[in-house]
Amino acid sequence: MESRYGNVLFSPGHRACPGCGASLAVRTILLATGPDVIVVTATGCVETFTSPYPYSSWGVPWLHPLFENAGAVATGVELALKAKGLSEKVKVIIIGGDGGTLDIGMGSLSGMFERGNDVLYVCYDNEAYMNTGVQRSSATPVGAATTTTPTGRASWGKDVPKKNLAAIALAHDIPYVATASIGYPKDLVRKVKKAMEIRGPKYLDVHSPCPIGWGFDPDRTIEIAKLAIQTGLVPLYETGYGQTLKARRIGKVKPVDEYLRLQSRFRHLFERGDKEHIAAIQAIADENITRYGL
Amino acid sequence: MTGLKAPNDPKSSPSIAANHSGGVTSVMEGSMAVAQAVKACRPAVISAYPITPQTHIVEFLAQMVADGELKTQYVRVDSEFSAASVIGGASATGVRAYTASSSQGLLLMTEVIYYLAGTRLPVVITGANRGVSAPISLQPEHQDSQSLRDSGIIQIYVESAQEAYDAHIQAFKIAEDHRVLLPVMICMDGYILTHVFETVTTFNQAAIDNFLPPYDPLHYLSPERPMTFGTIADENNALEFHYLLQEAMQNAKKVIEEVAQNYGNTFGYYHGGLIDCYKTDDAEVILVAMGSTVSTLREAVDLLRLEGIKVGLVKVRCFRPFPDEELCQAVKGASAVAVLDRALSMGSQGILAVEVKAALYNAPHRPLVLGELAGYGGREVTLEVARTIVERARQALESGIVTPLVDFVGLKPEILDSTRLGNGI
Repeated sequence: MESRYGNVLFSPGHRACPGCGASLAVRTILLATGPDVIVVTATGCVETFTSPYPYSSWGVPWLHPLFENAGAVATGVELALKAKGLSEKVKVIIIGGDGGTLDIGMGSLSGMFERGNDVLYVCYDNEAYMNTGVQRSSATPVGAATTTTPTGRASWGKDVPKKNLAAIALAHDIPYVATASIGYPKDLVRKVKKAMEIRGPKYLDVHSPCPIGWGFDPDRTIEIAKLAIQTGLVPLYETGYGQTLKARRIGKVKPVDEYLRLQSRFRHLFERGDKEHIAAIQAIADENITRYGL
Repeated sequence: MTGLKAPNDPKSSPSIAANHSGGVTSVMEGSMAVAQAVKACRPAVISAYPITPQTHIVEFLAQMVADGELKTQYVRVDSEFSAASVIGGASATGVRAYTASSSQGLLLMTEVIYYLAGTRLPVVITGANRGVSAPISLQPEHQDSQSLRDSGIIQIYVESAQEAYDAHIQAFKIAEDHRVLLPVMICMDGYILTHVFETVTTFNQAAIDNFLPPYDPLHYLSPERPMTFGTIADENNALEFHYLLQEAMQNAKKVIEEVAQNYGNTFGYYHGGLIDCYKTDDAEVILVAMGSTVSTLREAVDLLRLEGIKVGLVKVRCFRPFPDEELCQAVKGASAVAVLDRALSMGSQGILAVEVKAALYNAPHRPLVLGELAGYGGREVTLEVARTIVERARQALESGIVTPLVDFVGLKPEILDSTRLGNGI
């Protein structure tokens, strides 16, 4: 299927929920890459809402393989471009959700990092399996209620912290690892453009709030995205093999309860007056601020 | 032979046609024959992951790359799942791609193989047949590849190192035919074919290039003409996608036969198209088998015929698409058919036996069908095993009863001892 919108790389009219952070991420990323890319998308929200046959939002060549193999499929795409002598002209990007990236697709992604394939992996991180109805992933933050970490008399939500995939990516000694947020689109565009200039595997984690899964009004997506950064819960930085980590400074740091309070996934902490766990989440933000120099 | 004779009966005189194509005959390992064929097909991308008994194939290819003889993007991946995924991505980008695996590796690839077929990506995979764990076994069974029977991948089972060579060259031509556009798996028995040394005639590059032109993809990923691959199809469209895949499988029947005939005419080797028949015309009992067992059974047929027993052989060369009409035609004169299976659908019957029975059910003439697990578990199929099976078929004809439904040929009698139900202590 060809785009009916000419040179629009990501067409409107797709089936994302109102206020979807992931769709903003995709639109912003393609704004930065331009048309000379092939996009591979792991199974997840973006795949589902952009490609209901016979429709497609994609104005760039796009391939959805399976949930767990985007890293390997993109390797095949990149090698084919190399074989055709097109690898300078056409670049390969993966866009996958946190489930497809941090959980089920991690083996395939690690293989791609180790092989040094010239591919940019973008994870739109909405911190749970949203496409299947808000189940916990390893990107779900501690304390969050999901449908598989529900709260109850014996539960306060997810009881282990979020997996730090950017650190795992960096452990592969790849040339570029960065985190970004849809709340800071200029920063996101700059990082994507920078990544596109670097040869080899690149990893970019884009924090992308989800109104349905997190429980907030769709008109507050950007506000929530910014608060995640301003509290220090999500650090924005860029680094790579042999480079000093460069973090985006927060300025005036906000307490985490300003962020948590707006989302029903954390509601139980306030309803129960669970100061202990709110303090534990605050400690994660404080630690990030020290660790990354936010 | 009935029906499916190649023009000029090339089987009887391979050397004549072979000479025209620069054929060179030498003794080589079955895995080397495959590697030589794959090299001659010029895949742009090869993915490799080790598993016994497939590994020699990708090792030989790696050496060809290391020696600068083979120009390809050779990628060592992190799993068979990734091996199948890499060639999918490459094929979607419009190039020829290849990998090989066995056993657990093929099962790990299963989800990807459904995807490759559903997305109509014409890759070629060698399946070096081996049993599936548990218990872990390295010996040849068809349990691995036959477990993929419903996925939409074409499966061709070969009986010799020469056929392994020839079938791989045919495989790309079949897969990439615009009437087909499906992945193809060439299945060869582990060890018996992958590790055996046989005489193999290989052909020069110009002759192979002439037979197999560069891949001409219909659809591929390119910014010049952006396309969407792998959409989500709901209840309004998924049925039609499946119909088109089944139609491509049906088209493949004609293409497989055509390609086998053309190959025979060009290079002098014809091993059958969908099936191959041996002395079936007047046979009372017909053996049906796939893979390396077939070459043993040819000899068994000759020996038993010397004793006056009217026995014939049908080689099921193509298991998917299944040659139901051809099979019915081939066995229409027989009174009993004994199917030799290297795979069992647990709780049901031998997998090939079930297929043969299904094909015959609506046929005007239905011979008795015996399901014989022979070679299952990697146990050797000898001439004596073949004789036993033919004898059972003749007994069944006399009594009119086929029992048991699943015959574990050569089963150790002590396993039937009920004391095994204890814990052995």
